[in-house]
Amino acid sequence: MSDGVVIDKLSLTFKGGSGRPALSAVSIEAPRGAVTGLVGPDGAGKTTLLRIAAGLLLPAAGRVRVLGLDPIVDRQELRERIGYMPQKFGLYEDLTVAENLDLYADLQGVVGAARVERLERLMRMTDLAPFLDRLAGRLSGGMKQKLGLACALVKSPDFLLLDEPTVGVDPVSRRELWRIVDELVVESGIGVLVSTAYLDEAERCTQVVVLDDGEVLEQGTPSDLAASVSGRVFLLTPKVGALPRQIQGSLSGRQGVLDVTIESGRVRVVVAHGEEDLAPCAGGEGIESRSSAHPRFEDAFMAHLSTRRARLEVGEKHATRTSTGDGVAVRVRGLVKRFGDFVAVRDVSFDVREGEIFGLLGPNGAGKSTTFRMLCGLSSITAGEATVAGRDLRRSGKRARARLGYMAQKFSLYGSLNVIENLRYFGTAYGLWGRRLKTRIAESLAEFDLGPRRKDPAAQLPGGYKQRLAMAAALLHEPEILFLDEPTSGVDPIARREFWRRINAVALSGTTVVVTTHFMEEAEYCDRMLIMSRGAELALGTPAEIRESVRTIDRPDPTIEDAFVVLAELRASQQP
Amino acid sequence: MNPRLWLRQVLALALKEFLTILKDPKSRFVVIGPPLVQFIVFGYAATFDVTHVDYAIVDEDRSPESRDLLSRFAGSENFSLVGELGSVNAIATSIDTQESRLVIHVGSDFSARLHAGRTAEVQVILDGRSSNVAGIALGYVQAIVGEWGREWGSARPGPSIEVVERAWFNPSLTSRWFIVGGLPAQIALVVVMLLTSLSVAREREQGTFDQTLVTPIDSLQILIGKAIPPLLLGLFDGLLLSAGAVHWFGVPMTGTLFALTAVLTVYSLAVIGIGLFVSSLATTMQQGLLGAFIVIMPAVLLSGFTTPIENMPEWLQLATVANPARYAVAGCRAVFLEGADLTAVGRYLLPMAIMATLTLSASGWLFRHRSR
Amino acid sequence: MNSSTRPTRGRRAAARRLRGFMRKELLQIRRDPSSIALALVMPVVLILLFGYGVSLDAERIPVAVVLDHPGAAGADLLARLTGSRHFDASRATSLFEAETWMRDHSIEAIVHLGADFERQIAADEQAPVQLILRGIDSNRARLISGYFDAVVGTWSGARLARGERALLPPISISARTWFNPSLRSTDVLVPGLVALVMTLTGALLTALVVAREWERGTMEAILVTPLRATEFLVAKIVPYYILGMGGMVLSVGLGVLLFEVPLRGSFFALFLLSSLFLLASLGLGLAISSTVRVQFVAAQISIIAGFLPAFFLSGLLFDLGSTPVPIQVISHLVPARYFVSASHTLFLAGDLWSVLWPDALALFVMATFFIGIARRRTGTRLDS
Repeated sequence: MSDGVVIDKLSLTFKGGSGRPALSAVSIEAPRGAVTGLVGPDGAGKTTLLRIAAGLLLPAAGRVRVLGLDPIVDRQELRERIGYMPQKFGLYEDLTVAENLDLYADLQGVVGAARVERLERLMRMTDLAPFLDRLAGRLSGGMKQKLGLACALVKSPDFLLLDEPTVGVDPVSRRELWRIVDELVVESGIGVLVSTAYLDEAERCTQVVVLDDGEVLEQGTPSDLAASVSGRVFLLTPKVGALPRQIQGSLSGRQGVLDVTIESGRVRVVVAHGEEDLAPCAGGEGIESRSSAHPRFEDAFMAHLSTRRARLEVGEKHATRTSTGDGVAVRVRGLVKRFGDFVAVRDVSFDVREGEIFGLLGPNGAGKSTTFRMLCGLSSITAGEATVAGRDLRRSGKRARARLGYMAQKFSLYGSLNVIENLRYFGTAYGLWGRRLKTRIAESLAEFDLGPRRKDPAAQLPGGYKQRLAMAAALLHEPEILFLDEPTSGVDPIARREFWRRINAVALSGTTVVVTTHFMEEAEYCDRMLIMSRGAELALGTPAEIRESVRTIDRPDPTIEDAFVVLAELRASQQP
Repeated sequence: MNPRLWLRQVLALALKEFLTILKDPKSRFVVIGPPLVQFIVFGYAATFDVTHVDYAIVDEDRSPESRDLLSRFAGSENFSLVGELGSVNAIATSIDTQESRLVIHVGSDFSARLHAGRTAEVQVILDGRSSNVAGIALGYVQAIVGEWGREWGSARPGPSIEVVERAWFNPSLTSRWFIVGGLPAQIALVVVMLLTSLSVAREREQGTFDQTLVTPIDSLQILIGKAIPPLLLGLFDGLLLSAGAVHWFGVPMTGTLFALTAVLTVYSLAVIGIGLFVSSLATTMQQGLLGAFIVIMPAVLLSGFTTPIENMPEWLQLATVANPARYAVAGCRAVFLEGADLTAVGRYLLPMAIMATLTLSASGWLFRHRSR
Repeated sequence: MNSSTRPTRGRRAAARRLRGFMRKELLQIRRDPSSIALALVMPVVLILLFGYGVSLDAERIPVAVVLDHPGAAGADLLARLTGSRHFDASRATSLFEAETWMRDHSIEAIVHLGADFERQIAADEQAPVQLILRGIDSNRARLISGYFDAVVGTWSGARLARGERALLPPISISARTWFNPSLRSTDVLVPGLVALVMTLTGALLTALVVAREWERGTMEAILVTPLRATEFLVAKIVPYYILGMGGMVLSVGLGVLLFEVPLRGSFFALFLLSSLFLLASLGLGLAISSTVRVQFVAAQISIIAGFLPAFFLSGLLFDLGSTPVPIQVISHLVPARYFVSASHTLFLAGDLWSVLWPDALALFVMATFFIGIARRRTGTRLDS
């Protein structure tokens, strides 16, 4: 049979690795005319599987057929019939959009009228037409991904392999990418095998394969899988004045509770057995009411994986800090940043109160990163004023810097130094020494569970540990304000939850947290937030206020993501 | 700020730099590979001494005098005879095909003219495709012929001039002393330049520079912290290979070790300044590497390391004033061969110190002011 | 199967892929200032630096003349020295003064005529002349000594012309240097430099290009297209071949026009030999690049395996015949060695095919070998 991808008992172990198989006896069927989603935490083997299907890796054992062809033996024929989009797509950043498309059209042998028609259609689908002459390197993350997809689709493929196509892409662009994929499946009946870290995307797939540690855990339609936790999902509404994240903090880690998230101002809980698991907190802890919720794929996924993982203990920290002054940690007034003629940030003003989690949200290129960099003292301020921890950034940058902690988007500690060496360096850099440095390092190792890895070079740590180390380094000097730049970009759902629990604990101990993110559901973890678009403020307020501002009869219960999309479209329609 | 803490932070920075250099096999290679290759290449391959030059002879005189003269060449280790040519007509082929690089032609009236007290002539035909070898070989020919002539003449009456040569600092005129004497400066240049040109660029590419910039550490501390490891490693390589030059290649060490260290230290600082400047301008490691390359090439060529600065046109000689390598190469040679002590190398230290001050301050300023 | 269902089969499709990928390479070269700098600006800089900066011919060497007992013969010799373009002579009152000048580097040699000199010359005796040199730069010291001998020779000739007795030794050397009569080092350096210039583009720039595709992740996407490994390689070679030949023409042009280096051989021979050499260098660069796949390491290896040997083991600056035997053996593995030798012959002697053929053959073998390795290393999978 020549339909789709058929994989039977596939195994592969990388040489020189840990010796653990990357894939062990994996069997999958991804038919044409359907979207098959591959989900699982980092290192589950998703990318390896896709690469084998594309003929890029040689399988050790098992049988692989794509469109009835062997990816190794029939390589040349297969490469003419599939489209493949690697995770880090191979766009030539020094070529323009049009030149990239032309290159792939030439390589795929798309010529004449067919080429003109195809490129026009792709332009329509991706809205890239106005940017044809722009260098690919100058595109925003979302547009890059769309261009990558367009390049993979230059020749109408019979099967499409996509490796995490929406990582780092803002919600608007994500929706567009999925719309394109859906169109192709419906119109041309092609098959799609897509890996993703976003569980809400998995929900859109025809069928889902859950991978973990190189093994298939489950395979089925998203709704079938979700049904496995039916009756074990609840929504808790907090009392007036109670913070959802406080409830979340106290519930997570409790016996019988598998997953806790915040959703539209309420707390969503998945439990192991049934309602009785929530019994201990029936009355207290600021919970107003409890209702049963319709299970989603994400609930099932988390429930399944959390039983396979060791429980994470996040130590409760007590409020150690008392307010010093007016209760404002960061004050920004009329902030402007210009790069030549280009205004990256125009006249932004806001306050961050002490002890709150403040979110900076917006699509790529909205100016949130620039604002963030100015607040950390990494970028000079063109105009306006910014005070951090009571210090004017323009006058006493050094003093201000001593009071803040910073965690970059990309892992940016010294890869060749080991855990202890990194901590020692950053500790000293922040002015700790002697006994105090020693104690703080010991505390951090315990708190972030880094002890067993203390001598490992940072570059060789698994993703989750890297993140913990970066956070430990940023918190070593117990800063008053912690700045986090896209801390969860490219992090798998499990690590993301763990991370937010830690942030929660940090905020509860009195440290102010300023965070940028493009995961709109994470905005729910923030006390207040600023949504930016094109360098200016789009909305400022609590998640509830922002959701409220877009509530209509058609949208009785909007999420932050809905709010963002509506506000962004509104703003776009106002500007020519 | 507490000065002890300030120093402690500088040390932490330097330690971090050391660890990143020495733990990464690629950087470690920079510290060991290029110096070793240079040591071998410059020690053995880079020589202006010409030995075993292939030559042919045409002896039309066939007198005792001509045979005696020509036998002097056969006895010299600078020359190696490939054969006697039958006639002058064979000279062209012999040179063209590179069978011989020079042909000595003694005309048929050689001995007759000598005995008649007239000037006798020896003709030398050289292959100008290698002008360097040709020039040096001609010098050897002149020396041998001259000496033979003097010996021949001293037995006869008449005025004669005897040129008595004495070469200071290098009596046997070994060119290896000249090349190897400048080597420590050369090695320090390459090692320090490669290490520093990558140090900021690598951190920018990997994002770690931002992570350091958000700490309370100031630019001066970063500058010092970044300068210490390349300084020590450059100095280490330079001194180690100096020892190699003395003990392996037999270069004399007539000056003081202290003066050599001083020259290498100030020189390394100047190069560190340039390297950090290049690195601060670069956004990627590739740019940093290419920048280093673009600096190293002219710095070596215009340093007097292989060819004398005095031979360059005026304007180019003027340009070499801004080249730290020029002073360091001369300084090292002064220590090895001229017996220079600290005061004697002062003239080289001052310009390098000025350059170090300028370039280091410029790159320190760039740390924080080259933001995106 | 007909061509409409399989548009990627057949020659026309292959030609289209090749053209498309090549155009991409050219665009990338055009947009990357650093590759233009390396391929076209560096040659100009190198030619200028070498043309002006690296000269072994010395002029106006400062010397001090010490006459212990001034007289006619001494004045005569001094005049000869002053008249030579090689020397810039000045009188010192005493040997002590001259030695002081020597120590502070203001002169490079001392000519010392002893108190007895005038008497000895007049009495037809042997008259010693002391020449004191700075031996630091031994090469230069020898040169100075040779120039001085020549000055004494002309002095002797002048005495003869005036009817005085000739000075012994009565042998004159008439040197004729073929191909380069005035022994200009520029005439030799510039042809050799062409090798260095082409090594920059050939080995250094191409060492980065395949590694860059791996590092930036573009390789993974390209591998899954119908582009074949051979096409990939050809498309990588052609643009850089054009760029390298451009650098060659540029440096030859500059050498001929600016430094008046003769080009006695034919353009055809120059084109043939430089093509072969460039292909060998490109092959080396691509072989390194596709093997290590990391730009930084590729650049390091390329400098050590390509650039340094082209500089030092090619006969460009230093005479290979005078190096120890192991170094000579290694130099036979360096493509630049054959090209430098051929280039010298080509520029200064002309199309001497008996010399050029062996070099051309060696370069051809090396080009085939390196490109072969590059082809083998350019796999079709990530794990190959």
